[in-house]
Formats: sequence, structure tokens, C-alpha cells
Amino acid sequence: MEQWSPDVARSLAAEESISLENDHWAVIEVLRDFYRQYEMAPAMRPLVKAVGKALGPEKGRSIYLMRLFPGSPAKVAARLAGLPKPANCL
Amino acid sequence: MESTEAIEGNQREGDILLVLRHAPHGSSWLREGLDIALVGAAFDRKVSLLFMGEGVLALLSGQTSGALGQKGTHPTLQMLEMYDVDALYAESAAMSRFAVAEADLLLTPERVGETAIADLLKHHDLVLTF
Repeated sequence: MEQWSPDVARSLAAEESISLENDHWAVIEVLRDFYRQYEMAPAMRPLVKAVGKALGPEKGRSIYLMRLFPGSPAKVAARLAGLPKPANCL
Repeated sequence: MESTEAIEGNQREGDILLVLRHAPHGSSWLREGLDIALVGAAFDRKVSLLFMGEGVLALLSGQTSGALGQKGTHPTLQMLEMYDVDALYAESAAMSRFAVAEADLLLTPERVGETAIADLLKHHDLVLTF
């Protein structure tokens, strides 16, 4: 958690061929807040809920997260945010 | 306040009732049970939690993390809401036995007596005891 920096996220994102824009950073911040509060990385459903709460309902949808973090958004975004793999992620 | 109403009617097939009977520290029973709650919720099951016996102590507010930097169970309990796990019940007799008042609790479970507990057990397809 403390060893993480935006540069780490950028280089991890490069491995996934994602270039991080403002929308990505907003979700990464939501994830890091989630982890600070609950000490766990969220699975997909709570991630969608948390993003919806923090960034507005039009962003709290899985299709939005799929577009930003293709594949498995909960897993990919948690990795970029420097969090452990979500435990109960499908 | 004990609920005397029968708890039925809004149950679906595959609903899970988790019975949590252990205090937060001293064993990992509570944590294991909560993990199952999160797994069930992640798989879109409706999960209800029944805190029985020493399990009601899990709900006491003001606890911190365990020894050796173990994570506490409080953050997980607070996270349940994000997983849409909001059907929480606490055994009324146990709350009285341990002198646990509603005001001491972190969450707001419904207090249930023997009849309501029997109903809960009867109306869930899957009952897991931890």
C-alpha cells in the first residue's frame, strides 16, 4: 500500500497495454480508498457500487469499468492500484 | 425488541443462511464465516447472517485489529453493505446473556428469539454454521 506510486501504476499499466487517463486514475483512487476503509480489495459487484457512490451512477456500471480495464476489471484495476488480488473475484 | 413475525415469503432458492457462533478473537471461525458470506454474495446469492451465542460479540463496536498485525473483522463487517449483505440477525438471548445492548453494536441486526430463529433455519436452502 505505501510502496505504491503513480509510476508503479503506469509501468504495470504498460504491461497490460493500458495508458492511464483521468478516468483510470479516478477508479484507482476509489480502489485505494476502499482498501483503506475495508482492508480488502473488492470483487466486481462491490467495486461497481463503490465507483457509483464516488464518481456518480453513470460510471458505476460494469460496462464502464470493462472499457477502462479490459478483461477482469476488479483484478486488473486492483493490481494497478497496488492492492492484493481480490479474494472472491470470479 | 424481539421479532415475532415469521421470516418467510421473500426467500429464494439458493439463499444462504450463515450462522456465526464464535467471538472475533481466539479462532478464525468468524473470519472464515464472513469469507463465505462474501463468496456467496459475489456469486449473487442472497446471504443472511445470524449471530448466535458468542457470535454476537463480533458486533461490538470499538474493537481493533488482532495481535501480530492480524486484520480485525470489523472492516469486513462494515464491508458487507457493499456486497449487499444486509439481512442481519442477532440471537436475543445471547445479547442478554452477554449484556450486549443495541447501542453497543457496530451494525443494526434484527433481534430474534427462538421462534424466529427456527423460521430462519427452516426457510433457507443452505445453512452453514461457523
